[in-house]
Amino acid sequence: MHRTVIPLSCAVAALAAWGCGRVGVDRVATTESHQAMTAIVPPRASAAVQLRVEVPPPPFSEGVFPCSECHNETDLPPNRTRRPLVDAHDEIVLKHDEENRWCLDCHDTNNRDRLHLASGETVAFEESYRICGQCHGEKYRDWRAGVHGRRIGEWNGAKQYLLCVHCHSPHQPRFKSLEPRPAPRRPMRPAR
Amino acid sequence: MAKDETVTTDVTRRQFASVAAAAAAGWLLTACGPRRLHEIPRDRLREAISEWERDYSEKYSQAVTVSDTGPMPGVLFAMALDLSRCNGNRLCVDACVTENNQSRDPEVQWIRVLSMDKEKGIDFADADPYYDPKEVPEPNRFYVPVACQHCRNAPCTKVCPVGATWTEPDGIVVIDYDWCIGCRCCMAACPYGARHFNWQAPSVPQGQVNPSMHYLGNRPRPKGVVEKCTFCIQRTRAGRYPACLEACPTGARKFGNMLDPESEIRYILENKRVLLLKQELNTMPKFFYFYGT
Repeated sequence: MHRTVIPLSCAVAALAAWGCGRVGVDRVATTESHQAMTAIVPPRASAAVQLRVEVPPPPFSEGVFPCSECHNETDLPPNRTRRPLVDAHDEIVLKHDEENRWCLDCHDTNNRDRLHLASGETVAFEESYRICGQCHGEKYRDWRAGVHGRRIGEWNGAKQYLLCVHCHSPHQPRFKSLEPRPAPRRPMRPAR
Repeated sequence: MAKDETVTTDVTRRQFASVAAAAAAGWLLTACGPRRLHEIPRDRLREAISEWERDYSEKYSQAVTVSDTGPMPGVLFAMALDLSRCNGNRLCVDACVTENNQSRDPEVQWIRVLSMDKEKGIDFADADPYYDPKEVPEPNRFYVPVACQHCRNAPCTKVCPVGATWTEPDGIVVIDYDWCIGCRCCMAACPYGARHFNWQAPSVPQGQVNPSMHYLGNRPRPKGVVEKCTFCIQRTRAGRYPACLEACPTGARKFGNMLDPESEIRYILENKRVLLLKQELNTMPKFFYFYGT
């Protein structure tokens, strides 16, 4: 009991805070250059400055989506018991509040091709930022304002956003260490 | 001196005439001769630009365009950098070198990423730009990339004896590479070490030149002049983000118009903990460092 109450209350607070000003998402069927992109209109104080931003599709591992190809009622009935996975997905190591959470806290049991919020509302993988925003409300707010995360495009026009999961693996969200580019050369000293 | 005593000078009528003629000729030459790029008439700038385009295209054997896009009205550019995100990977440096045709050998880099000790905080005396670990971020270090701060009260533009560097109306501090005499006074004046001198003729290998240039930005520099960050003037005046911003994998850099209340920069200034480098010098940088968390 105690285990579920904490994340739920957390999520309810986050939802109450962000429910009113959610990012308006409208899936555009086809655009010329970015076929599979999702168009997002970030909330602006003035409706006049509605900018078009695009998000590339979520970074699925090769051949895992749609999940329902394996996870359907007949082949693989859902097992709601919390357990370590052994037969499949055993490469996924959860390092993201793993004490309190497991797969089905974000992945939907009934519709495997979607995720779900704490409220039970299902959410497409393209809108996974809404799941993250339930707990990381501050980051979510910054992301929508264009201040958290990488942007590409125009400072006063169309720009490309990234989903949270493009940089933070949802299972191990810590940003990976990188190999730095070579150090600058030290200044030359005149020969004596 | 007595009243009736006349003062005789040795100047003859002929001498006076020749000096006057020389002065007139000098004035004519200055008025019609070479000028700094910010006071040159538009048509002469266009002429110069088409000449440069021809020269550069020939030199690098590819089609080079030199833009003369001016500042947009109502725009004051500023950049912000999230110190809690930057992990010192130097990808911005690489992108900057490529975008702005910086010399590869000798090496000129407009961005310098300083590695600092978390215990000591921002301390330039202890900063290390030559860090070279296997992986970044290193434990107990944080990284402060420093390039031109585009100060509103820029000491570099004040000390230039020939007026070869100035602040554009959109806030970008630029250099006229043809007017610069290479005295390096601006480098001494800059408290951020943001200006770099071409001790030798800069070299950009064939095929690695960015052909999209701006006359105040990334066009090739000659030996003996000073250069520095221009907020990627060739990109930002065309509405795009600077190259360093797009290259940053952590999304630490933010850029925009300080006069637009809806811009990312204004959001940062209004909602985040923002600091300036060497604030006590009253240079009033338009480069803000902030903590995103």
